[in-house]
Amino acid sequence: MSTLMDFASNIANGQTKVVDLTHTLDPDFPVIILPPEFGQCARFRMEEVSCYDHRGPAWKWYNISMSEHTGTHFDAPAHWISGRNLPNASVDEIDVKNFIGPICVIDCSDGANRNDDFELTVDIIKDWEAIHGTIPANTWVFMRTDWSKRTGMEYLNMKEDGPHSPGPTPEAVKFLVEERDIRGFGVETVGTDAGQGAHYIPPYPAHFYLHGAGKFGLQCLCNLDELPATGAVLMAAPLKIKNGTGSPLRVLALVENK
Amino acid sequence: MSTPLPRPKKKDPQKRSVAATRPPEMRSRAAMHLTAAAAEGRLVMQYCSECDEVLYPPRDACSNCLGTDLSIQDIASGGQLIAETTIHASPRLFFRERLPWRTGTIKLDAGPVILAHVHPDVVKHARVHVEHRLDRAGQGVFLARPEQATPHMEDEPMMRELSANPKHRRIFLTDAKSPHAPALAQALLKAGAAEIFVGEPESWRPHPNAAVLKDLGVEILPMDVTDEASVRKIAGEIGGKTDILINTAQFMRPGGILSRGDTGFARDELDINYLGLMRLAQAFGPSMCARTADGVNSAVAWVNLLSVSALTNAQPFGAFSASQAGAYSISQALRSEFRSAGLRVMNVFFGPTEEDEWYQQLPPPKVTSQALGRAVVDGLERGLEDVWCGDIAKDFRDRFRRDPKVLEREMTMGEDGA
Repeated sequence: MSTLMDFASNIANGQTKVVDLTHTLDPDFPVIILPPEFGQCARFRMEEVSCYDHRGPAWKWYNISMSEHTGTHFDAPAHWISGRNLPNASVDEIDVKNFIGPICVIDCSDGANRNDDFELTVDIIKDWEAIHGTIPANTWVFMRTDWSKRTGMEYLNMKEDGPHSPGPTPEAVKFLVEERDIRGFGVETVGTDAGQGAHYIPPYPAHFYLHGAGKFGLQCLCNLDELPATGAVLMAAPLKIKNGTGSPLRVLALVENK
Repeated sequence: MSTPLPRPKKKDPQKRSVAATRPPEMRSRAAMHLTAAAAEGRLVMQYCSECDEVLYPPRDACSNCLGTDLSIQDIASGGQLIAETTIHASPRLFFRERLPWRTGTIKLDAGPVILAHVHPDVVKHARVHVEHRLDRAGQGVFLARPEQATPHMEDEPMMRELSANPKHRRIFLTDAKSPHAPALAQALLKAGAAEIFVGEPESWRPHPNAAVLKDLGVEILPMDVTDEASVRKIAGEIGGKTDILINTAQFMRPGGILSRGDTGFARDELDINYLGLMRLAQAFGPSMCARTADGVNSAVAWVNLLSVSALTNAQPFGAFSASQAGAYSISQALRSEFRSAGLRVMNVFFGPTEEDEWYQQLPPPKVTSQALGRAVVDGLERGLEDVWCGDIAKDFRDRFRRDPKVLEREMTMGEDGA
């Protein structure tokens, strides 16, 4: 049998598990909040077109609307000012082979559980590498925080001084991009940056460094606790939106059952 | 003396809900001027400028001099009851269901003798205070009540019919995050509202009203007027016991058409202020219309809070004004569609408010939320259709009525170049 047929039969027989890393698109799912004078991220909305009724007797369907950055979503380099002049920086231009690839999962759930503003540092990455080996180039790195288990007000964790949620330090992102040449960075929070990420230099370092180097982001992931530290393969293809800076998408991980 | 109206018992679920009947609706076009005044709580009469006669009923020519230069003028509310009767039989279904009903003739201080609904507390030959009120058909009728208020006067069945009194009624404020929601809830509770439900969009975000509303003991329900499914869900839950709906949902950002450079905020303004109202009407309208004769706590009013810029575009809120004009137009469509059921649509127009942060850079006078709360309660208690709250709204109204083009021209002045 060919490798692909082996792969298909492994999925069919459960040898390879498919893990859904996607939140349901739900009108009530939080989106990033900016100061109100700025343009805002559109919430996910569904409007019924017909429901087996006078508007369409035998069929039911909805019109849906949302932002490119609503729900579990992909960030393309064109999303950030640092990536705006890069070639192939929008979702329709990215080489599709980038949408499938290996994942390294750095478990920060203990720290994030103790500290809402928990930071992923270079030291934490190096400690992880001491156990699991150096992060290979062209890999997706996921920061597991178990933040996806939070609901309602706890998710954005908005206080008077802004949201409080974990994220990487500028040095950590720089290290992943420049020293490890990763493909992308994935998180369970609403953005790849920490809730207080605006106060770093540069502000929003994950967005700034990742997209400036043509790397990708994945946000609002879930079920990262079902992934091994290494060995899982990501399938995350954004919608092919002309000049799109991101896209809601179904994110799947393939995990080998031991 | 009127007896206090007890809080109604829970409804017997085995009994059929009473369907609405209405008093006669037809009026002459001349008489419609009286209804128009009643819609905002004014008492007016036709006046002949040729012979100074005050005319009633309204007509196309003066009954004294046959002059046709007839205008509408506000008149004094005083009068005297000269004859009265209590009706015990009527062929009109509306009155048959409400018998006995007291009527009488009143000699107005302004001159004419009119036929009026007479409050039971008015004693024979007494001086009376006359109001022009909207009845369940939405037409103006005269009400004669005691010159000095009597205890529990508003609790009389006649007064309940000629008002949208919030006492004992269950009220739904559609958006907890409105800067006016707490003051409205407070004013309505003070006015005797039985229960207040408040819709809360995006309960995943904190907001300052949450604690205040919780302390007031209102029922917070998750609902977002931009989310059709959430509106239908809440209507499914409380649509059948919403007696008064007050749409507090509003989105506003400063900006005209060119300065914004995109349609992002305009889309939000239309989605909340225009389509939001439409979604609410489609979800709550039918169940409210079905309950307009449902006893003491029947469905009685739909209240829209509108910026007075609905009348004419007001910069620097050019795009927002357009959404208000749209919402105003929907309110008129709803009046037409609610009319047969007798459900009142009350529009409360107001100018810039103290509480809304987007009006920060505008100078006073501004309306406070408390004033808005008082205006809403007063409008409901008097059964109004149009309420003008604050100096700016009244000034706009008067200028609009004088000449809409002049107002438009004044509101669209240019700026001299450098």
